[in-house]
Amino acid sequence: MAKHAVAAVDEIPPGGRKIVDLEGRSIGVFNVAGEFYAIRNTCPHQGGPLCGGVLTGFVISDEPGRYQYLRRGEVVRCPWHGWEFDIKTGMSWVDPKRIRVKRYPVTLQEVTSDPPDAAVNSRELREAGLTEGPYRAETYPVSVDVVKHLVIVEV
Amino acid sequence: MAKASVQRSARVASRPKTAIIDCDIHNIINGLPDLFPYLSARWRRHAETIGMRGPAALAEGLTYPRNSAFASRADSWPERGRPGSSLELMRHQHLDPLGIEVGVLNCLFPVGPQLDHGWAAALAQAMNDWQVVEWLEKEPRLRASILIPYEYPDLAVHEIRRAARAHHGFVQILFLARTREPLGRPHYWPIYEAASEVGLPVGLHFGLLGGNAVTSCGWPSFYLEEHTGMAQAFQAQVASMVLEGVFERFPQLTVALVEGGFAWAPSLMWRMDQHWKRLGEETPHLRHAPSEYMKKHMALTTQPMEEPANPTHLLDVLDMLKDGPRLMFATDYPHWDFDAPDRAFPSQVPEDVRRQIFASNPRRFYKLDARPSPAQDV
Amino acid sequence: MPEPACGTLRYQRGMPVVDADVHVAIPRIAALYPYLSEHWHDTLIESGVASLEVNTYPRGCDFSARPDARPESPGLPPGSSLEVVQRQLLDPWNVEVAVALCDYGTHILHNEDLAVAVARAVNDFLADQWLSKDTRMRGSISVCTERAGPAVAEIERLARRPEFVQVALPVRSQHPYGKRLYWPIYEAAERRGLAVAIYAGGGIGNPITPVGWPSYYLEDYVSFAQAFQSQLLSLVTEGVFVKYPKLKVVFVDSGFTWIPPLMWRLDKNWKGTRREVPWIDRLPSDMIREHLRVTIQPLDLPNAERAEQVLEHLGSDEMLLFGTDYPHWQFDDPAEAWPYPLAPASLDRLLRSNAVVTYDLDRQVTMAPDR
Repeated sequence: MAKHAVAAVDEIPPGGRKIVDLEGRSIGVFNVAGEFYAIRNTCPHQGGPLCGGVLTGFVISDEPGRYQYLRRGEVVRCPWHGWEFDIKTGMSWVDPKRIRVKRYPVTLQEVTSDPPDAAVNSRELREAGLTEGPYRAETYPVSVDVVKHLVIVEV
Repeated sequence: MAKASVQRSARVASRPKTAIIDCDIHNIINGLPDLFPYLSARWRRHAETIGMRGPAALAEGLTYPRNSAFASRADSWPERGRPGSSLELMRHQHLDPLGIEVGVLNCLFPVGPQLDHGWAAALAQAMNDWQVVEWLEKEPRLRASILIPYEYPDLAVHEIRRAARAHHGFVQILFLARTREPLGRPHYWPIYEAASEVGLPVGLHFGLLGGNAVTSCGWPSFYLEEHTGMAQAFQAQVASMVLEGVFERFPQLTVALVEGGFAWAPSLMWRMDQHWKRLGEETPHLRHAPSEYMKKHMALTTQPMEEPANPTHLLDVLDMLKDGPRLMFATDYPHWDFDAPDRAFPSQVPEDVRRQIFASNPRRFYKLDARPSPAQDV
Repeated sequence: MPEPACGTLRYQRGMPVVDADVHVAIPRIAALYPYLSEHWHDTLIESGVASLEVNTYPRGCDFSARPDARPESPGLPPGSSLEVVQRQLLDPWNVEVAVALCDYGTHILHNEDLAVAVARAVNDFLADQWLSKDTRMRGSISVCTERAGPAVAEIERLARRPEFVQVALPVRSQHPYGKRLYWPIYEAAERRGLAVAIYAGGGIGNPITPVGWPSYYLEDYVSFAQAFQSQLLSLVTEGVFVKYPKLKVVFVDSGFTWIPPLMWRLDKNWKGTRREVPWIDRLPSDMIREHLRVTIQPLDLPNAERAEQVLEHLGSDEMLLFGTDYPHWQFDDPAEAWPYPLAPASLDRLLRSNAVVTYDLDRQVTMAPDR
């Protein structure tokens, strides 16, 4: 795996993103509340350009007519069919039962500050009633070179 | 909003060279001012004062908020204007990378539902003129559908004749699927007569609100229902056209059912056939089983493709459709429920079937080889 | 789907069945007079209301009565005499239990006070003249759907009687049945262990199809399938099955070959529009398999090959309920009521046990009318 400097830290402010080509793959790099994440710019559903989609949160509900809005800005919806993916884990949160499960390797993120725990985030959503889908976008480790103020993605 | 980007060009190079005819692409104006060069002063004034008025009471937008802005892919916005308004982007993002040999434009600007009949007719004419100038004359791969004020058949007939004469690139006459009355009713027959006269098929396209409640049980709450429920409008239209004997009266007429999916069709075929056996005394004008008319006169576009969990079930449906309408491939670019040509179909679909769906069925249905290419029209 | 079994079994008349699709008719409007207040009785007579019979099955039409299901007295509608139904259906078909619908005017009256009174009268007539006279008969509760209070009261009044097994609503409604204004009906039904049946009928005023009024009766009848599709979409997307997890809905006279394509379409669309209906916590198709039951008529499968495919696409052998749709002419030979061989366990489910479970038929029937 090679490390690539994809952007100056200031180039991707919180809530922003940059789409880059690395090693023949299109990858989206996101800044979610100061932390960087990278996922492949290909939706596992039909190959749409996932990282160009709308950023949003998860709407959940415990009863018809009641709406709860979590993790605003941490979800990307595929610009084609609107499927929801957790930027931090690449996990889709839909389609609980499938005959075939496609799995992509999830790599841990290394950041200089305390990493938000991907497993914790997933647990929060599960406890909120969402079920993990078996679709997952490929994710890549992202780190920050604090000396050179660069965002580094490992592919 | 994310701006457009060209996707997967590396993929294109490795794709098998099946010709693709895309039977459903959407072009659109950005607003009524785009039509001013094609409208008379009287109708320009109308556009500026009263404007668009159909059965829904919003000044703009639709009463069921869509899954995305303009129901479009978030990556299909040009630098300026709405998804589908830029020919340049359509080429760059869609026609070129996907190798589309011919694309049929279905402009969904809501001409048909307009309540003012004079305005509807003027709008139809202006839209069709705009399509000729901005699309057909600029891009030889594209064909278009004639927009008509279909709730006023006499006016529609006039526009059909005019537009068909104006440009050979018009390959069909367009209805939106939700109409004021079922389309088999005699009220609409002058349109079918004109279609037969000019030798063009009629296309029924997913869409909008036509003046009745979305379902026969009233108004549903959600876009999910309104979208999924469009199949019921298609079923009602098919039943009406078949059972009213439209195809007995107009034996040359063909009808494309566009953007309704297709897996619902076998059940309707069987149901109509079954009940016609017992109740056919009421419809003596029918000389064949209803499904036979569907097979002979109708075609279905594949989008939005149904996705059963078990892909062999889709193959079963293709088998059932051997007794029914032919299938024609469509992407529905730039809408959100777009079908990618290389991903939407299960790999189990045999190559020869794929070729029929992607190329030979639409070629035959739209008589693409018989028609001179639009470039020769100039 | 069917358990591994050696060989399959074909239905023959004489095998014990639960018939979940029987239509009982009010013989004449005067039959309801004893069950109406003096006020409503006098109102109907003074207004010259000769009949509240619905036009779902035109009397003169062959379709409205099979040759072996014709009324034996001229001038009476088919299905209006218990003795005749016993002779034509219950006895020869070896019907263990027949679930009857009685559709008479309630759902087409705009005066809701009158509709409430008529519904009540129909229910009392049914209980008195049918359910208490033959232990094989079960009934459906008619209610005025647009008045939640009286509807719930009527359900409560009759739910104590085990011979009423469901609440019956016509498929052509004022609003889609998933809408929350109808939820008190589902709450009451679930609480009392009653199914909710939705049957081919009704006509409060919405056009018969989503694109307006069709010309022919044939078209009208065919279009019932679309109405059922709309209702199913509504029930699922609005979260009725999430809010009332024990509720069973029975579609009567809907057919079922349209169900798999609808499930596929709904599942696919839901995945992209999930946030609009965030209370849907599982695949809509799974929800449908769990909560929806369907009587088998009208049976529009063209042949055995398609039957096998459709049943596989349906993905459950717990959904279908045997029904004759007596007296309507859906088949010629009784064997055609269900002509497709099935594994014995699946056939048993279809002929009997799915209905036994759905309607909780193992409850005792009381012979004493309770008013």
